[in-house]
Amino acid sequence: MNSINNINYLKDLKKGIHDGIPIALGYISVSFTFGIMGAAAGLSWWQTLLISMTNLTSAGQFAGLEIMVTAGGMVEMALTQFVINLRYALMSISLSQKADDTFTLPVRLATGFGITDEIFAVAASKNKTINKYYMTGLIIMPYIGWASGTAAGALLGEVIPEILSSALGIAIYGMFMAIIIPQARDNHKCLIVIIAAAVLSCCFKWIPLLKNISSGFVIIICAVAASVIGALLYPVEDGEDE
Amino acid sequence: MPAEKFFIYLAVMAGVTYLIRALPFALCRNKVKNKFVQSFLFYVPYAVLAAMTFPAVIYSADGLVPGIAGTFTGLVFAYKRKSLLMVAVVSCIAVFIAEVVCNLV
Repeated sequence: MNSINNINYLKDLKKGIHDGIPIALGYISVSFTFGIMGAAAGLSWWQTLLISMTNLTSAGQFAGLEIMVTAGGMVEMALTQFVINLRYALMSISLSQKADDTFTLPVRLATGFGITDEIFAVAASKNKTINKYYMTGLIIMPYIGWASGTAAGALLGEVIPEILSSALGIAIYGMFMAIIIPQARDNHKCLIVIIAAAVLSCCFKWIPLLKNISSGFVIIICAVAASVIGALLYPVEDGEDE
Repeated sequence: MPAEKFFIYLAVMAGVTYLIRALPFALCRNKVKNKFVQSFLFYVPYAVLAAMTFPAVIYSADGLVPGIAGTFTGLVFAYKRKSLLMVAVVSCIAVFIAEVVCNLV
């Protein structure tokens, strides 16, 4: 019995690692850009790498780097990270609904570190519950990709032509589109929510007074408003996941 | 920047980022029964990603034309259900080609 369980756990771990590979490859391009920016900001390569290894987040790191460069205050740093990353709290609560019994408190405290937009999106798109083996596997490759991409960017950044590095900036959005567009195609309720969030977000970008609000707040306001619209118009049936 | 200051920045950044993810995950142990909250949580990931992507993706390149070229290409490949990596790579290639063309014109 035990050995059968072990085989299943190993299978879930492998499945997680497999699902994490595309995320990892996408992360390499984005973190490479972060590495280049860290070097340009005057940080040594190991400092930039350390930021990536302890934070594992895109938007928050880019904003944090900016604050370091401009010698911003620690309160500003804490508040900025709080606002930009508040979306992770929503994702954590959402993902906690899928986590099975293998997620004990220590496991949750450990795997909680690995909840990123993409890891969350892949884990949350599973129809059934997920266990800690799958989740651990899913985190491994993106973490390695994020760290190694950062190191490569910080070390090689200077020899990469500007025209090439500026073409990498879209990579993270390409990944986001690959997650939401097929979902919008399959599920008209999700399509409405996605359109609502996108339209709101455009309003915050283009309407005079609204565009002064920081990007972290904008993401939260748009996401909460669009999800409330979805929950009011189209409540999800019990057990319905897609 | 002095090394000491760097490490304080790093600790604040990493600490806030970690707590905001791990605490809700660790503390929220019960299944949500409320249908509204359930539905809300179901839509959150898509809404977050949509809000982060649009309109930022258009401005992610060096210039609007490459940005729009990359966005359009990414949308088409995503619609055709291509993988995360594939969509990311073709978007980058589209931006690169558009940048080269813009520089030539």
